[in-house]
Amino acid sequence: MQMPPDNQPWWHRIQSKPVLLKIALPIIIIISWIVLSALIDNEFILPSIASVLLVLSKPFADILGSGSLVGNALVSLGRVLIGFFVAAVLAIPLGISMARNNKVHDFFDSTIQVFRPIPPLAWVPLALAWFRIGLLSMVFIIAIGAFFPILLNTLDGVKSIKKTWIEAAHTLGAKERQVLTNVILPGAAPTIWTGLRVGFGIAWMCVVAAEMMPGTNSGIGYLIITSYNWGQVQVIIAGIIVIGIIGLGIDYLFKVVERKKFMWRELDR
Amino acid sequence: MTLIVENLSKEFEQRDVHSPALVSINLEVQDKEFTCVLGPSGCGKTTLLRIIAGLEKPTSGKVIIGGEIVTEPTPRLAMIFQDYSLFPWRTVLDNIAFGLEMKGIDETERHRVASHYLDLIGLCGFGKNYPYELSGGMRQRVAVARALAIDPSVLLMDEPFGALDAQTRNMLQKQLLEIWEKTQKTILFVTHSVDEAVFMADRIVVLTSRPGTVKEVVKIDLPRPRDRTSLDFASVRRYVLGLIDEQLPIQ
Repeated sequence: MQMPPDNQPWWHRIQSKPVLLKIALPIIIIISWIVLSALIDNEFILPSIASVLLVLSKPFADILGSGSLVGNALVSLGRVLIGFFVAAVLAIPLGISMARNNKVHDFFDSTIQVFRPIPPLAWVPLALAWFRIGLLSMVFIIAIGAFFPILLNTLDGVKSIKKTWIEAAHTLGAKERQVLTNVILPGAAPTIWTGLRVGFGIAWMCVVAAEMMPGTNSGIGYLIITSYNWGQVQVIIAGIIVIGIIGLGIDYLFKVVERKKFMWRELDR
Repeated sequence: MTLIVENLSKEFEQRDVHSPALVSINLEVQDKEFTCVLGPSGCGKTTLLRIIAGLEKPTSGKVIIGGEIVTEPTPRLAMIFQDYSLFPWRTVLDNIAFGLEMKGIDETERHRVASHYLDLIGLCGFGKNYPYELSGGMRQRVAVARALAIDPSVLLMDEPFGALDAQTRNMLQKQLLEIWEKTQKTILFVTHSVDEAVFMADRIVVLTSRPGTVKEVVKIDLPRPRDRTSLDFASVRRYVLGLIDEQLPIQ
């Protein structure tokens, strides 16, 4: 391969190196941030990078009497896990039965199609009316957000199972129950896993929004809205960055498991 | 164990139109016999095999194995599919051990049995591999081992080598005959290849085109191992080919 000559314009050099291309936009954003914050020179509109980094550098320090970044993030993560778990426990069995039985499918399908496009946050007022402010209403909203991607992927995964896998299992002496645990579940697992990954992403978005509900007193969403009320924009941005990093980290964990356990889906032809 | 197909018919129903696929099939497969079902595409030979395996219900008639009527899949009849249908998330060894696992046999014992069949198909050393790491011919051998591991009375094979290239196909035919001799299984083998049927079978059941009926049962008396290039082979082949050609409409 020929190396690009030095007299090439800089944008050609960036394009020829994937790593450079990948970090180009973040660098542009950071530079624009530095320039804009210097121009605006108002911490209440756009704080400097330094003040945001200062907040991020003390993740365990109490902020405005509302707890630390890490503490609040853990509270949010706990809520997400509960809501996500509820959604998975409901959606996976329902998805399997809908895929396996046309009557079950027809019974639930129309209702699901109506509820699916409703954004989880549209349920906030109802959640408050039914469950008051607190864990229950947050779990409710998170579970609604995570439920549909898990359900639809489970349905899809079970439906895409090869008919001859099931028939082969039957001829090898497997009973209905054994077919479920030894063929349908492992066969649909990669797609169900994708559903869990997408569902978790949505649940994570929902928790932050749910924590901005009036009356909440913990969680990363609460920290952000409190910082807004106190005009602490550098904390808002630090909180947003923490949300992004945790979301990215969890997505990465999902992907690692996917690559390790479900490689066969890509490789089986 | 003797396999008997008695007066078996199958009709498919599509928008209230009944179309017969198989009409009064009578068939008897003797213990340890290698029988080929041969017929043109669409004659219902796969349907016949699926009914025998208990995967589909006949419209009338019955299938009897060892004196019992077949109504659902039974481990006495093991089916081998054209697409291998191995479980891609299981290793080769765990694929072969699948039937034993369903029976509740503990891991050490089922791995011991599975290793024996892995040896038999000449793939020892591949037990820890996954099906996607194997070639088509190797995968089909694993499917054969998986079927043999449950110790069935009859092996039902639905065009098992249909998706393979000619050389692999010839090699697998020979290997299957060796396995057949070693294990003394009854084999019912569906194919549309006259050459394959004449090379493998003790008897060939020739079906007519749709709706399928038994046109003739041809006994193949050629000594084994058979020589594809011999004159005898060619004359039997010509005879069977004639049976198939007669029924095809002239274009």
